[in-house]
Amino acid sequence: MHIMEGYLPAGHAIGWSIATLPFLVVGVKRLGDRLRKDPESRLVLAAAGGFTFVLSALKLPSVTGSCSHPTGIGFGTVLFGPWIMTVVGFVVLLFQALLLAHGGLTTLGANCFSMAIAGGFTAWWIYRLGDAARLPFNLTIFLAAALSDLMTYVVTSLQLALAFPDPVGGVIGSAVKFLAVFAVTQVPLAISEGLLTVLVMNLLRSHASDIIGGLVPRLRSAAR
Amino acid sequence: MKRQNLLLLAGAIALAVVPLAMIGHGGEGAFGGSDDLATKLITVIKPGYHRWISPLWEPPSGEIESLLFAVQASLGTGVVAYCLGYYRGRRRAQADDAAAR
Repeated sequence: MHIMEGYLPAGHAIGWSIATLPFLVVGVKRLGDRLRKDPESRLVLAAAGGFTFVLSALKLPSVTGSCSHPTGIGFGTVLFGPWIMTVVGFVVLLFQALLLAHGGLTTLGANCFSMAIAGGFTAWWIYRLGDAARLPFNLTIFLAAALSDLMTYVVTSLQLALAFPDPVGGVIGSAVKFLAVFAVTQVPLAISEGLLTVLVMNLLRSHASDIIGGLVPRLRSAAR
Repeated sequence: MKRQNLLLLAGAIALAVVPLAMIGHGGEGAFGGSDDLATKLITVIKPGYHRWISPLWEPPSGEIESLLFAVQASLGTGVVAYCLGYYRGRRRAQADDAAAR
């Protein structure tokens, strides 16, 4: 999902950066509020950040014969909401842009938008929807994490299609080409991310049911 | 719960191993990054497009790059494992306290 440095025309790079900025501003404010009001959750927040760090570093082989990586955004979104995870995603992408030349500073806005904002809000809405439908908790967070992962790559494809319309097929023709590169590769990885999200949530719940119960209203009754 | 966790882990591993076994050594460029494929696709759709700005710093070799990716993954794992270990120890201590009383 990383659009490499210099591979978005300047106008698009600036546009996506402007689109991302308000989410970051609100995210930083919410993060500050959360840490002040609920210092107990600090360690779990660090773990959510750690999870995003690991998953976005794992380039996994896929059925298309290319490699791609999950995002790890869904896990933290279930616990802390999409705004705070925008900040976490931004930090991860900044690390990769500066130290790994993976992604870039001019494409940071676009990459943050696809991974943290589109991915985060998708996870959040799916999670809320599953909750409202009374789906089992583990199934809900599996779907939230997997679809958030997939959505990130769909949005990257659309961003590239907007910037580079196909001479024949236009934006849609170009989107189909980019989706063929990204979305198909991502399907098994999205499933992996869903499985790993449920796994880590299970582990946390079995050891810190009080903290998780405080963050996830639905699990509160189960908390001691 | 333990059984479910083992199945989840096995599923995640299988999803990575199966493509490798299925496709094997597909020759040059097999299992390249999808990000790089997209970058190539840009130059196919718009021939003559060149990046208008380069990264400030690039890892000088594939080895250094994989070192930094490993650092990223191990930092993340370290934090997650610390958190799990902390709460596991805390829960044990609480159980011991309750038993002693």
